[in-house]
Amino acid sequence: MNGRFRTSAPAKALLTRLRAVSGGAAERAHRPPKAGHALETGQALEPAGSPARTERAVERDGLPADAHLDEIFAAPRDGAATGFALAHLPAGRPILWVQDRMAALETGRPHGRALHRFGVDPDRLVMVCARDARDVLWAMEEGLGCASMGAVIGEVWGDPAALDFTATRRLAMRAARSGTAAVLIRFAAQANLSAARRRWRIAARPSFAHPYDPRAPGPPRWRAELFRARDLQPGLWEAGYDAKTHRLDLSAALSDPELAPPDARPRRAG
Amino acid sequence: MLAREGAHGRLVHDVNGAAARAAITRGARLTDMKALVPSLHVVDADMAADAARLSALARWAQRWCPWTRVDDADGLMLETTGSDHLWGGEAAMLAQMRRAFAGLDLTARVTVAPTLGAAWALARFGACPRELCGPDDLAERLGPLPVAALRLDADTVLLLKRLGLKTVGAVAGVPRTALARRFRHRNELPSNPPLRLDQAFGRLAEPLMPDDLPAPVRALARFAEPVTETEAIGPVLDRLLDDLTGQMDTRQLGARRLLLTGYRADGGSSSVEAATSRPSRDPAHLRRLFRDRLERIDTGFGLDAMTLDAVVHEALGAAQQALVGAADESIDLARLIDRLVARLGPGAVLRPVARDSHVPERAEGLAPAGTQCVIVPTGETADGVPRPLRLLVRPEEAQVLYAVPDGPPAQLVWRRQTHRIVRSQGPERIAPEWWREKSTARLRDYYRVEDAEGRRYWIFREGLPGDGRGGPPRWFVHGLDA
Repeated sequence: MNGRFRTSAPAKALLTRLRAVSGGAAERAHRPPKAGHALETGQALEPAGSPARTERAVERDGLPADAHLDEIFAAPRDGAATGFALAHLPAGRPILWVQDRMAALETGRPHGRALHRFGVDPDRLVMVCARDARDVLWAMEEGLGCASMGAVIGEVWGDPAALDFTATRRLAMRAARSGTAAVLIRFAAQANLSAARRRWRIAARPSFAHPYDPRAPGPPRWRAELFRARDLQPGLWEAGYDAKTHRLDLSAALSDPELAPPDARPRRAG
Repeated sequence: MLAREGAHGRLVHDVNGAAARAAITRGARLTDMKALVPSLHVVDADMAADAARLSALARWAQRWCPWTRVDDADGLMLETTGSDHLWGGEAAMLAQMRRAFAGLDLTARVTVAPTLGAAWALARFGACPRELCGPDDLAERLGPLPVAALRLDADTVLLLKRLGLKTVGAVAGVPRTALARRFRHRNELPSNPPLRLDQAFGRLAEPLMPDDLPAPVRALARFAEPVTETEAIGPVLDRLLDDLTGQMDTRQLGARRLLLTGYRADGGSSSVEAATSRPSRDPAHLRRLFRDRLERIDTGFGLDAMTLDAVVHEALGAAQQALVGAADESIDLARLIDRLVARLGPGAVLRPVARDSHVPERAEGLAPAGTQCVIVPTGETADGVPRPLRLLVRPEEAQVLYAVPDGPPAQLVWRRQTHRIVRSQGPERIAPEWWREKSTARLRDYYRVEDAEGRRYWIFREGLPGDGRGGPPRWFVHGLDA
């Protein structure tokens, strides 16, 4: 490409931006690791779009850095991704929750009575049952265009053709422009090319100890693997959620091989 | 008697029978009449209440026919053409009307005549309080009435009197050309005797428009050439929307349901509909509701006209945006819901609604988003027993092994995968709602369980061994928790 085409300055800038947004592997290889952007262990990840975040939002590529598209991969029989997604969205704001048909059938619908545990007001929840991924993406884009919407969650089953790089890029651009956080939860899906700013793999981990009953499941704990990110260094954390302060706490994964599950090594995926 | 305020002091508004016999006349000065009858009992007239009562009476009179309206301050007009046979003919209908008004303690003079003008004249100036006038005896019956029966204003009545024309018959006897020339500069109906004469004798049509029939909110576009391309509909819709929203702006209305109809040159028509969850007259918003749906209009061999109707509309006052420019959350959300419903259908856009029930799948229903419904208070508090974050659409059967009989579950086989259960909490017993369910419904024991990998489920055992309501208890997975 470099040899055969003369690229003008604006075109070059556009190309750089495109590469930066796509987070291409080649670009990442050239870039020196930024220590400042790595998540320190024990650091709390503030909800996207929270005031503190917005204040120190960094303008890069002309896009505000706080609102972005997160992509979460999860197993269909695991509710951990839902909890993780809600934990890192702003609390108390209206939420648009879009599911395609398979996701609703296989993993169930969000249960309004439990949502308050994660800071969601069920009266301000709009649930959309879309037929397919195309409608999910369309509804998410509409939701991101609505200024009052606090967050948009989309659930897509499998790897539909409609959910390609262009579609994720449209979502990412919309989220950045509107300042509304967007989460795309992928069930039973391959991590193909995507423009999402942060891509996670979330799985359940044995919960924390129940304060009163040692045999009962306690507060949830998740294994959060950030395998691709634009503004953070990929890593593996143990995530917990503090319902009182609506904080998602990330701490370093256990290094003891006896305690850590066998697939707990950070993977490099495309 | 009743008094009202006039330009030069108080005037007599209306009188009862006793006052009328004492020669108290309507419109006279109150001081003059007081001088005449010092013992006159005066009450202020309440014109607004009178008008309201009369318009209520006009609606009440729709029992006889659909077209009724208030006439002046003291009359009702009914278009009974086509509805008199329902009451057994005109005479029977008149008798029934008289009885009905008498039942309300009202004295009514009711008349049926072929024209509005004739009925008006006969009701107010006719000799008999209940008159039936056919088309043939119109001239004979109207002839002896005074000229004021032609619904003319006071100046014109005075002029006709000075001309020596005292009755309707006398005016009708004057050659038409002479009369028309004399009043050629008077264009207003109440001051033009020939036109009023025409109305009374049915030579000039006078349709009766009911008061309370609101004009439809509609915009119309006609095309010089038939339009066949769907792409051309978009700009037409923009024009129609501008027109319609302008109309709604002046009338302070907001559309709830819009109907866009294309009229084909071959006589057919096809239409698309859009609905909003709250009244709106924002052209940009309404435009988006029709996006992707314009191609559903079948243009056929070409459309020669299109209309846009606000089929359902509601009052909508002028809205002011917040000064700082912050958008109103509820309006924003309502518009988003409109757009989603327009494409995905009303059954696809939902919101959770709490219901008064103990059974989990019944305790939370799904209602179409954007509808207002009463939230039923439930006994369960927010920090009661935790519920799972996701509820399966319907409980799925699973196989469970116990460590000890009636103890906590030890192993769960769900969707052909085995989960070893390491932690569990329960049971939470939920009894069937006998007032809703059949007698064979079984109780449920809910457990929150966690498998070796940390996945949390909400499972229940349906029934108890030996409860006499079926075989051995079955297990179901009902929810997934974070």
